[in-house]
Amino acid sequence: MKFTVSWLKDHLDTDADLDGILDTLTAIGLEVEGVENPGEKLADFRIAKVISAAKHPNADKLQLLTVDTGEGDPVQVVCGAPNARAGMTGVFAAPGTYVPGIDMTLKPAKIRDVESFGMMCSERELELSDAHEGIIDLGEDSGAEVGEAYAHWAGLDDPVIDIAITPNRQDCMGVRGVARDLAAAGLGTLKPLQVPDIEGEGAADIAIRTDDPEGCPAFFGRTVSGVMNGASPAWMQKRLRAIGQKPISALVDITNYIMIDHGRPLHVYDRAKLGAALFARRASDGENVLALNGKSYRLDATMTVIADDEGVHDIGGIMGGEHSSVQPETTEIVIECAYFDPETIALTGQRLGLASDARTRFERGVDPAFLDDGLAIATQMVLDICGGSASEVVRAGTPPEGTKTLRYDPQLCATLGGLDVPIDRQRASLESLGFTVEGDGPFTVTVPSWRRDIDGAPDFVEEVLRLERFDSIPSVALPRAEGVARPTASPEQKRERTVRRAAAARGLNEAVTWSFISQDEAALSGDSSDSGAPWALANPISEEMKVMRTSMIPGLAAAAKRNADRGAASIQLFEVGRRYLEDAEHPTLGLILAGARSPRHWQGGGAPFDAFDAKAEALAILDAAGAPVDKLQLFGETSGLYHPGRSGRLCLGPKNTLAEFGELHPATLKALDLDGPAMAAEIFLDAIPMPKATGGHMRAAYAPPALQAVTRDFAFLIDADAPAGDLLRAVKNAEKQHLAEARIFDIFEGEHVPEGKKSVAIELTLQPGERSFTDEELKAISDTVVAAAQKAGGELRG
Amino acid sequence: MTEQEPDLEQLETDLLAALETTAGLDGLDAVRVHALGKNGVITGLLKTLGGMTPEQRQVEGPKINGLRSRLADAIAAKKAALETADLDARLASETLDLSLPPAAAPQGTVHPVSQVMDELAEIFADLGFAVATGPEIEDDWHNFTALNIPASHPARAMHDTFYFPENQQRDGKPTLLRTHTSPVQIRTMTSQEPPIRIIAPGRTYRSDSDATHTPMFHQVEGLVIDRDIHMGHLKWTLETFVKAFFERDDIVLRFRPSYFPFTEPSAEVDVGYSLENGRRIIGGDPNAEEGGWMEILGSGMVNRHVIEACGLDPDEWQGFAFGCGIDRLAMLKYGMDDLRAFFDGDLRWLRHYGFSALDVPTLSEGVGR
Repeated sequence: MKFTVSWLKDHLDTDADLDGILDTLTAIGLEVEGVENPGEKLADFRIAKVISAAKHPNADKLQLLTVDTGEGDPVQVVCGAPNARAGMTGVFAAPGTYVPGIDMTLKPAKIRDVESFGMMCSERELELSDAHEGIIDLGEDSGAEVGEAYAHWAGLDDPVIDIAITPNRQDCMGVRGVARDLAAAGLGTLKPLQVPDIEGEGAADIAIRTDDPEGCPAFFGRTVSGVMNGASPAWMQKRLRAIGQKPISALVDITNYIMIDHGRPLHVYDRAKLGAALFARRASDGENVLALNGKSYRLDATMTVIADDEGVHDIGGIMGGEHSSVQPETTEIVIECAYFDPETIALTGQRLGLASDARTRFERGVDPAFLDDGLAIATQMVLDICGGSASEVVRAGTPPEGTKTLRYDPQLCATLGGLDVPIDRQRASLESLGFTVEGDGPFTVTVPSWRRDIDGAPDFVEEVLRLERFDSIPSVALPRAEGVARPTASPEQKRERTVRRAAAARGLNEAVTWSFISQDEAALSGDSSDSGAPWALANPISEEMKVMRTSMIPGLAAAAKRNADRGAASIQLFEVGRRYLEDAEHPTLGLILAGARSPRHWQGGGAPFDAFDAKAEALAILDAAGAPVDKLQLFGETSGLYHPGRSGRLCLGPKNTLAEFGELHPATLKALDLDGPAMAAEIFLDAIPMPKATGGHMRAAYAPPALQAVTRDFAFLIDADAPAGDLLRAVKNAEKQHLAEARIFDIFEGEHVPEGKKSVAIELTLQPGERSFTDEELKAISDTVVAAAQKAGGELRG
Repeated sequence: MTEQEPDLEQLETDLLAALETTAGLDGLDAVRVHALGKNGVITGLLKTLGGMTPEQRQVEGPKINGLRSRLADAIAAKKAALETADLDARLASETLDLSLPPAAAPQGTVHPVSQVMDELAEIFADLGFAVATGPEIEDDWHNFTALNIPASHPARAMHDTFYFPENQQRDGKPTLLRTHTSPVQIRTMTSQEPPIRIIAPGRTYRSDSDATHTPMFHQVEGLVIDRDIHMGHLKWTLETFVKAFFERDDIVLRFRPSYFPFTEPSAEVDVGYSLENGRRIIGGDPNAEEGGWMEILGSGMVNRHVIEACGLDPDEWQGFAFGCGIDRLAMLKYGMDDLRAFFDGDLRWLRHYGFSALDVPTLSEGVGR
């Protein structure tokens, strides 16, 4: 909310300087967002008088002025304004003055061969308004003295303060409330409020009632007849302009002014446009109203409106209607001062998507005890500015009881707030804010009608503390928990951290991509039966960010594409995040490898990634995560993202997929506009069984084998399209006692290998126990292995 | 017949000369065989010792053995010399152009957001805070209602919430993307007995997109629930955290009264900054020229209504909560100026601002890099 210092001082008697005011505002919770003195940039502009005006010898539209600037001899100024004339008083800028409206610093200049020492300014040149038809004419009886600073004379030397009002402080959405808070904080005295007492003449010539006591519990109003709705007075326009409000007409400006001054929204109707009765009621479904912002709103039965028998004239408490708005020719008016239910206003505003200064105040709850005063203040202003005569007040309904009584134990200030403030001091603080405090131990506090936000003892702690200033609360160390510090990360968190650093250690770069992707991207990962993601936003920010990802790959692939477009030769990205499935959010590590495995290099490099790179990353990360990598089985049938022949799933049993990896499907690449090939993998972190807790740090006793291991090589022939991994697995499982390792060291097809077959060479590492193997033992192991291989379709090569 | 006395001196001279002229190890071996081999000349001489009288042997023995010993030494010395020469020759031919750069193993990076989350976990672990998590797809009870933000509350409008369609309810409540990490407070208090000390870092979402806002961002929530916790503890905790995070003692915090529905009293926290080497840094004198305050945290004592909503007795349990943007913390500490770049995945940016896998934040090595 914006206000000027002079406006504040209408309500606050203070000798505090600007810095003191700003500092206190922020300290008591009215955060200063900005302060600007419009007079500062106009400090060099002086009031000057035109002594003589003559035609420019070389230009028809220019004049030569002799100007008394109040300093030294009169100066010659070339001026193009049609209204410049001898005897007028205006605003002069000397050479060296920066003129904001034309963004220029003046220099003595020759205009059509005649020297000019400065300029007489228009309002636009001073950025006061858009007016540029002529120079500023202060008029005959301005009382302005030649040489005086214009900003000072015009009252522009009045700093504008902008404060942020938190939603609980409706009482500070008016200048008077701000003044009350500052006074309570010791910054001066709140001036008494003068409320005029206007009885009015005769009954209002319109019936006023509320047919919706829930939405509009109270509707006070009166008519004023014989008004003149011209421009509002200069002092009012100046204040409204200073805080960024555009003056419109006297009646509109008066309601705006009172809203800023007292936080009290009002509405004024043109009586001539209304029927015999004006009343609050629920709108009917589908009813329309053209609001003052020029937009039409479709209402429903949850919304409260002010209407006559013909139709809606006001979206109650939010925005008036165009039809009955006051115009320059308006002479008869109805002033409305109502209380609208905050919840109803909030929901109506949300539903219509309509924000207004009135809504902001009503939905936070205006002072329900200020209806009569607000109406009286408004009436007086109308009478003073627009003339006319007011009717008696009509009071329909009753506003809710604004005050309430709560208990507050002042001990709480120390036990909750951490600051021990003496009881009397607390009492004084609360009273200065308008609370009534009774009792000496626990207080019984009556809350003033304007503090709807106060609903419990902790609120009083806050009131006391903010006047004491939060900075005075001493810091107290949190007590340390007893006993040995335990790890604070859960096993799942440790796993995420481990895999993240494992992936980074393997050369991948961690990215963070959006959790939402486009519908089309989401469809890429689905098979034909399920192309949609279960979680699609109802109000996405764009179509590209519409559905919650079910795979990490589309987002990473899009990032890879952006990098490729920037010329990256080798792209290795990963992300640790969640996939959002129907049942739950699943922690996942996704990765993408695109371009060259490594840059071209004299030792090699430049080759593209292949599916084995993705498999290697998947296995390494699974291993880091504690997955039993030796026990994993490979299955086909991956998601639609992948090349069907070059991808696989690493599973513990057929149902539990721990990871999926492979080359991306050409269709995926095409859809993402990514030049292929590209490899990807996803490691499903929550599918990996948690290793059993060992219950201690002790490792198994160290017992190195006494004898050296021996190796034996075997070569088997299997069908060329059979998975060599299955053979290896069969061999590994053939013998448990001595077989320490089995490793494929060669795959060969071609010469000396029968058509349709491939040769798989496996090196076995055999670990003897207490004594060396005998030839018989080695043969037995060998036979077992060969038999197992045979069962798996492998025939020992002769 | 009188056997001619072998001329041992001449023999030694000849053999040494032969040794001298030998060029390679093969030639050396030939000399050795000729002299000391099974049928070598010196071996032959040694064999004659057996046929001699003891007197003769006494005279001849040392001569012949001396010859053998000297020659063996000479051969060994020659062998060593030849081997050294051979090695030198080989080494002279075995050169590499070591000006060539070797292939480098690729260096990966950890994202600044992850790094900062690890830093936070480390700092708060020292204060006894565990890390808690919660779902990002939330229901409106956990995200709003339980946090004392009823449907009509103006604060709801301030959160630009992403909603899911009305038919996707959870336990009969509308679902949405959490607008803050505060629902983790609720999930923790409803599932765990106090005392509670947690931080909850994670992704949060608001329907907001401009130069300084992204629809997805990261927050960290903190919650302490115990019997005698007051605002003094809140101040100490936040001061300790901010100083530890930026690793500076000269950091000042300013607590301002504010409003959050889920805390009462509520405080916004500003941190003092100053200008160092032309860059704005956290710490130093906020009142100096170019210094000032910036808001970094929201905090307060947990509202009684929230404690009650979680099934706890607010007369027995009280505590504080705070929330803070992680992306912003990272920007303030490490100097990034563009939030949007966090979520672009630009490798150049990731390599510039990312962290090595080995840069694990620890208390002993410092939590910052």
